[in-house]
Amino acid sequence: MTGSSTKLLRWSIPLAVFVVLLAFLWVGLGRDPREVPSPLIGKPAPAFQLVQLHDPGKTLATSDLKGKVWLLNVWASWCVSCRVEHPLLLQLARTNVVPVYGLDYKDKADDALAWLAQHGNPYTASIVDSDGKVGIDYGVYGVPETFLIDKAGVVRYKQIGPLTVEALQQKILPLVRQLQQ
Amino acid sequence: MIPELGHFALIVALLVAATQGIVPMLGAARNHRRMMALARPAARMQFVLVAIAFACLAWSFASNDFSVQNVASNSNSELPLHYRIAATWGSHEGSLLLWALMLAGWSCAVSVFSRNLPDALAARVLSVMGLVSVGFLLFLLFTSNPFARLLPPAPEGRDLNPLLQDPGMVFHPPLLYMGYVGFSVAFAFALAALIGGRLDATWARWSRPWTTVAWAFLTTGIALGSGWAYYTLGWGGWWFWDPVENASFMPWLTGTALIHSLAVTEKRGAFRSWTVLLAILAFSLSLLGTFLVRSGVITSVHAFATDPARGVFILAFLAIVIGGSLALFAWRAASVGLGGSFALVSRESMLLANNVVLVVAMASVLLGTLYPLFLDALDLGKISVGPPYFDAVFYPLLAPAVFLMGVGPITRWNRAAVPELAARLKWALAVALVSALLLPFVLGRWSPLIAFGLFLALWLFASTAVNLWQRIKGSHRGGLWARLAANPASYYGMLLAHFGVGLFIVGVTLVKGYEIERDVRLDVGQRVAVGPYEFAFLGVTPAPGPNYRALVGTVEVRRDGQLVETLHPEKRVYNASGQTMTIAAIDTAFSGDRYVSLGEPVGGDGATAGAWGVRIYLKPFVDWIWLGAFVMALGGFVAISDRRYRLAVRRRLGALAGAAAGE
Repeated sequence: MTGSSTKLLRWSIPLAVFVVLLAFLWVGLGRDPREVPSPLIGKPAPAFQLVQLHDPGKTLATSDLKGKVWLLNVWASWCVSCRVEHPLLLQLARTNVVPVYGLDYKDKADDALAWLAQHGNPYTASIVDSDGKVGIDYGVYGVPETFLIDKAGVVRYKQIGPLTVEALQQKILPLVRQLQQ
Repeated sequence: MIPELGHFALIVALLVAATQGIVPMLGAARNHRRMMALARPAARMQFVLVAIAFACLAWSFASNDFSVQNVASNSNSELPLHYRIAATWGSHEGSLLLWALMLAGWSCAVSVFSRNLPDALAARVLSVMGLVSVGFLLFLLFTSNPFARLLPPAPEGRDLNPLLQDPGMVFHPPLLYMGYVGFSVAFAFALAALIGGRLDATWARWSRPWTTVAWAFLTTGIALGSGWAYYTLGWGGWWFWDPVENASFMPWLTGTALIHSLAVTEKRGAFRSWTVLLAILAFSLSLLGTFLVRSGVITSVHAFATDPARGVFILAFLAIVIGGSLALFAWRAASVGLGGSFALVSRESMLLANNVVLVVAMASVLLGTLYPLFLDALDLGKISVGPPYFDAVFYPLLAPAVFLMGVGPITRWNRAAVPELAARLKWALAVALVSALLLPFVLGRWSPLIAFGLFLALWLFASTAVNLWQRIKGSHRGGLWARLAANPASYYGMLLAHFGVGLFIVGVTLVKGYEIERDVRLDVGQRVAVGPYEFAFLGVTPAPGPNYRALVGTVEVRRDGQLVETLHPEKRVYNASGQTMTIAAIDTAFSGDRYVSLGEPVGGDGATAGAWGVRIYLKPFVDWIWLGAFVMALGGFVAISDRRYRLAVRRRLGALAGAAAGE
């Protein structure tokens, strides 16, 4: 190898590094960094026993739902993004494919009831988590969030942020059908 | 009509930028005087056109024209006028338009202040800037048109992100962009020199003030952003190693290296190809930062607009600009040469060490920022890299660099003797060492890290003082004032900037060492003792704002029973978006901040709650962090006021022209 070509090679190092970086950026562009897997997926859903919103005399516990595939939707009357996903939840409820349970998170019962009366109630039942303790167990860090839980009580999917038509049709509903078999 | 006018101005600006990018470059290659002469008027014309476009967008925001998509998504009729104007650059489209405006502004400035440059160099510099501008204008027009109409018009706007409704946020992006985009000048100079094949001390002298001023703006911009995060995010932190912060920090580190490397190239003719590479890197990292923020490749609290089509465009743009310039570097750098040689102990070697440390630091930030992306791209899982990594890498790296900062400016060029250096600095070292060991006892608690941090800062102060003292002592002319005045402004700029680093280190060390953070639940009327103070929570009252409803808390701060200050932290809910914002109340004093912010109400809602979660922080000397940054930036501005940049360039050019005429 001649002296000048080794020199050229040496001066090309920055370019080579950049090309590698570019390749990674290109791959990264096709990925969604927001798709954070929840540590809960594949693990049993944290147990709870909470008062029902519409019937404060009754409670609902995770053990009541064994043997069913169900969705747990974390919502609140103060949550703005919940209004975005709400029509979708109402549609889903009408199809009766999968029961949706609402976890009314850090909310006041009166506000929550008024909100459901105004916007419609998609929930088979809502439970009240006024101090957010169950939310902490579930690792809720933004409302709304939605968990799909299977017959054995294992969390199979978690949606962070509002449900979208895409997520519902491509991920949640196929998974529901598969789990219900 | 006004938005269409802006859109049209932008299209014409693209055509002008294309002309600016192509014709003078060809002219320089063929030595065609008229083609080269086109560069300056084209640059000015482009600036006027982009400014018109920007003004049209600002007008649309100010006049609540919700038929413009951008306005409807980022403004609201209740938004106060100054925030409506600031909202012009609050969106993705608007901030890119600001980028383009800054770039055109810098080109225009180069066209004005380049009268002394050789025609071919000026033509090439402006033409490179024109080409970069073409990329940005294309990006704006094809993927992010800020003037896109909304049919039918929205009755009301969705409001500006409440996080951005803050005085700090009004000034942070323009200053940051001034810095980012300012590096385009150094970049253009580097490319022009590579193309022209002439890279010498004169070239470095021309590039220097531009680089320094861009760096000073970037420093101010980063400091403002950090200050903003401190008082609006409600956590009392001032740096989060967030990808977007890193995106601004990487060009800063590279720019700092570039400033020092340019000094060597100017004074000694050394480090030439290295300087050119740094100039390319500084701007490339600015572009990369834009890509990271705008493409959604990396999650961040800042990544507000993400769209894959935009990502692809910016990536292609990056490939062309950075790849092209690095290819040019690979091809031409060898002919540029390395420059003069120097001894192992010399100012050059100190500056080289400084450069290496800064670049390694930059690379470690880059690695930490992109590591999650690398792993994800290789299907090795999704992770995030946080402060532990950066803290572990950063402090050990920068500590030796800071030590060298004290030694470097006193070391002679070319060759220095260690015993002489030691003799000059022994008192500075002794004073710094002894006071660093004793000071923590006075401040309250001794720990090795605090003592070490204080040592670095005191070392900088002391060595800076020694440097100044020896300069004064060494000169023989007149009285003290005349001796001080005999030193060039750039010398004082350097001292100031280094002094600023010292202030910054004091801030970081003391806040890390002595801060007290208490998250407490307080009933109305309850008191809590934090450090030497007693905080009494007197409850919250509702208060209306222009476009939000606020709950304003009242917290009395007492020391030894004496009322020191009454603080009013706020919790705001914005009407249009329903978003909540925490506004911390901060009582600032020389020795630090008393910081109170409201958490969540406990039992009850809002004003009726009987108790609140309250965060009470004591942050000793925290403001020195930003003070230090501003002093650094001030140092930059002082340095460029140096007369030599105006006089010497003219003289040297005169000599060159004479030599050329004589040939």
